[in-house]
Amino acid sequence: MTAGSPDPQVPSGLLPHRIVLNARQMPSYSYGPRSPIWWGTLGFCAVEGMGFVLAVGAYFYLVFVNGTWPLSAPAPDLFWSSLHTVLMLGSLYPNYLAKRNGEREDLRKVRRDLVIMSLIGVALLGLRTMELGTTHVKWDHNAYGSIVWLLLGLHTAHLLTDVVDTIVLAVLMFTRHGHGKRFSDVGDNAFYWYFVVASWLPIYVIIYWFPRWW
Amino acid sequence: MTRALTSHEFDAVPEVTRLATGERGGLPGVQSEADAPPSPDELRDDQVDGPELSARLAKTWGTEKGLIGALSTVDHKIIGRRYIITAIIFLFLGGLSAVAMRLQLAQPESKLISPDLYNQLFTMHGTTMMFLFGVPIGEAFAVYLVPLMVGARNIAFPRLNAFSYYVYLFGGIMIWVAFMLNIGPDTGWFSYVPLAGPEFSPGKRVDFWAQMITFTEVAGIAVAISVIVTVFKMRAPGMTLDRIPLFVWAELVNSFVIVFALPAVVTASAMLILDRLVGTHFFNPAEGGDALLYQHLFWFFGHPEVYIIFLPATGWVSAIVVTFARRQAFGYIALVLSLIATGFLSFGLWVHHMFTTGLPQLGASFFTASSMLIAIPNGIQIFCWIATLWDGRPVFRTPLLFVIGFFFIFVAGGLSGIMLASVPLDTQVHDTFFVVAHFHYVLIGGNVFPLLGAIYYWFPKFAGRMMSERLGKWHFWLAFIGFNVTFFPMHITGLMGMPRRVYTYLPEMGWGSLNLISTIGAVLFFASFVLFLYNIISSARRGPVAEPNPWNAGTLEWAAASPPLPQNFDRVPVVTNREPLWANRDSLPVVAGLSVENREQIVSTITHGRADLRESSPEPSIWPFLTAVATTITFVGSIFTPWAVVWGSIPLALALIGWFWPKTSTEDER
Ligand code: HEM
Ligand SMILES: [Cu+2]
Repeated sequence: MTAGSPDPQVPSGLLPHRIVLNARQMPSYSYGPRSPIWWGTLGFCAVEGMGFVLAVGAYFYLVFVNGTWPLSAPAPDLFWSSLHTVLMLGSLYPNYLAKRNGEREDLRKVRRDLVIMSLIGVALLGLRTMELGTTHVKWDHNAYGSIVWLLLGLHTAHLLTDVVDTIVLAVLMFTRHGHGKRFSDVGDNAFYWYFVVASWLPIYVIIYWFPRWW
Repeated sequence: MTRALTSHEFDAVPEVTRLATGERGGLPGVQSEADAPPSPDELRDDQVDGPELSARLAKTWGTEKGLIGALSTVDHKIIGRRYIITAIIFLFLGGLSAVAMRLQLAQPESKLISPDLYNQLFTMHGTTMMFLFGVPIGEAFAVYLVPLMVGARNIAFPRLNAFSYYVYLFGGIMIWVAFMLNIGPDTGWFSYVPLAGPEFSPGKRVDFWAQMITFTEVAGIAVAISVIVTVFKMRAPGMTLDRIPLFVWAELVNSFVIVFALPAVVTASAMLILDRLVGTHFFNPAEGGDALLYQHLFWFFGHPEVYIIFLPATGWVSAIVVTFARRQAFGYIALVLSLIATGFLSFGLWVHHMFTTGLPQLGASFFTASSMLIAIPNGIQIFCWIATLWDGRPVFRTPLLFVIGFFFIFVAGGLSGIMLASVPLDTQVHDTFFVVAHFHYVLIGGNVFPLLGAIYYWFPKFAGRMMSERLGKWHFWLAFIGFNVTFFPMHITGLMGMPRRVYTYLPEMGWGSLNLISTIGAVLFFASFVLFLYNIISSARRGPVAEPNPWNAGTLEWAAASPPLPQNFDRVPVVTNREPLWANRDSLPVVAGLSVENREQIVSTITHGRADLRESSPEPSIWPFLTAVATTITFVGSIFTPWAVVWGSIPLALALIGWFWPKTSTEDER
């Protein structure tokens, strides 16, 4: 049986095959833009980034319509939110390590990094809870309160998702599944975390500083 | 049995270095598992051939029998077929509600339908047509055809794709059940505030509408991302950017428009439902909100929406025109660039829906100009299609007839659109039946006629049988005449001042006879769909059996069996030409070396389409279905209590973990 010469057994009408390339030696996964998952993650970042852009646009639209801002409420407190922001920035380094050690397929270090990232994530959720207590306005108070809570809610949803994701991945790496393509997943998880941090910085400035400057 | 390649077999096939990257998977200096040699025990497709290869691959890529198997399937063809059928059922439901409205409007002071039911009917009609038919139908065709056309074995992210289908299905069922329980939305397909706000629309009607948006948009975005990544990374080796079929380009641009437009309507509907359910004030002017904010967000999506409906149709038209003209597309590059330009321009125009809201003069002029600008890429596309037909040897089969019907109707719709793009005229006929006539020429001309052509064209691939040509021709003429009899008179009733969204009118207005004609037309048009349905069902059962390539077309889906086996292709094709099957008439160049026992796919590079990895594709799983169920419970529950979002997120999280947790003994664990 020769793969390639016109084969009488080929179902009627289907073209016979002529082999011109062999894929046996190709790698079974890779990192970053070479892997489809990376592009999928980027796609979701684009969609969610668009959501943030629109919500921020709505924020300034309301500022513009009202003229005075914030509407009948003092600007939200800086303490917890700034602490939160600092920790977020601080998390960039262990996140970078997780990605790098994933690429090196160093299981021991990846486990360590993911545990650190999970702890940081939980701490950030705690700080976010404190932060929500110091906004000085509720969503049903006025349009200002509504948009502030929308932005905070949107970001918290992303934070929560990625923290849960990180914890699950950390647990996974301690099971017998922790090898091979999972290292590439560690990189994509880290990539998404960069997005969570990057989307927070403008929101932090807008919610906490902008009303003080306006 | 591998064998050495002889040089004459490279005819027209570029050297291996141009077909494959040959790069390692791990990073430099890293001993990566990615580069481990494949297990010698695993059977690969360079060791078997012919029917045995087909049968073994079909088993590897197949779907289990039984209910659990059906709900676990990740086969893009099965999901795609369900998507297409579901969208067409919604087209019929939307059509039925339109016929009901037309019966009511047939004569003045008719008592057939109450004003309240009429409001629900036009809202359900518009909502169904736009969100449950218009957006999904284009994506549904992408789900089925894009992987086949790029020579892949499955869509990228097949589980996400399955999830998307169930979410869409459940959202559509939810809104229609609400309608049947007399809690259907009644504030129009764009549900403007303040009418749709908590003050003027108490009750649950608008909440169902807003959540239906969330369902369909989540589904739509998920498919769009899968399609983008399929086109970027799953193309057969050798399919460089300028060899991507035009249909695939159209679906790619469409997916990008979806990714950037849909978040706007989700934001709008989320704010609306928050205003209604938890007392936020986004659109309440008394507390610093603003109603126009809703309109801006909605139309930021709503105008691109028209192109989301139109872009896939351009793909259908391109595929049909090329095949039946028997020549390559005239102006391929121009067609691709027009698609991309349309995608960009579609975002520049939303404000033209708000001319009557009193925008600054300069702004209005700017938007008039950019509304007209989009006529340029559309014109170029129509020119290229006609040139292709002109220069080819066209064969006038049913699919091509529908394309020709599309040319006439769409151009007529474009002309009335140019009239509307001028601010003074828009102010005059705003909210009259003139507008209704215009957008049905654009939507039905621009989407439904190409769709009908596309179904006749791809039916042999989907079902393995040919549709009846004779009935197809009858169908075409009945549809073409029925359509024009329905909608042409509406231009005149509109100019005579008949407003849209009124449940009846007085005899003195003199609109009676034109309305009667429209209703007769609608009945004819509907009859054409009944004929169509009959043709589909009878052909699926008794039509002549279809060859793999019954139309002698050039793109790769016709290299698969009709209907395709679960693996699509026994070996992944290598592409040497824009119309691969015209370039390789007696044998297909292919890649060998993929696993026969596990689901392996080629992952390639974005621009050059060089084979890069042999990655495994996910196995079937019930979790996407369960995740969709959990999502549905959360969304529907949230209409009744905001806490549903909190407790609903727990089963949702569990289902997602089940989804992503690697199974034992699957591809991941070899
Ligand atoms: C069987 C064919 C169809 C008929 C007879 C029909 C008829 C109508 C009529 C009479 C109205 C105006 C109702 C009113 O304002 O009082 C209407 C509205 C509308 N139609 Fe259709 N239609 C058909 C198909 C379609 C299709 C295929 C689409 C979209 C793809 C569509 C989209 C719409 C939209 C968006 C509205 C506006 C709804 C609103 O005012 O909220 N229609 N249709
Ligand atoms: Cu528009």
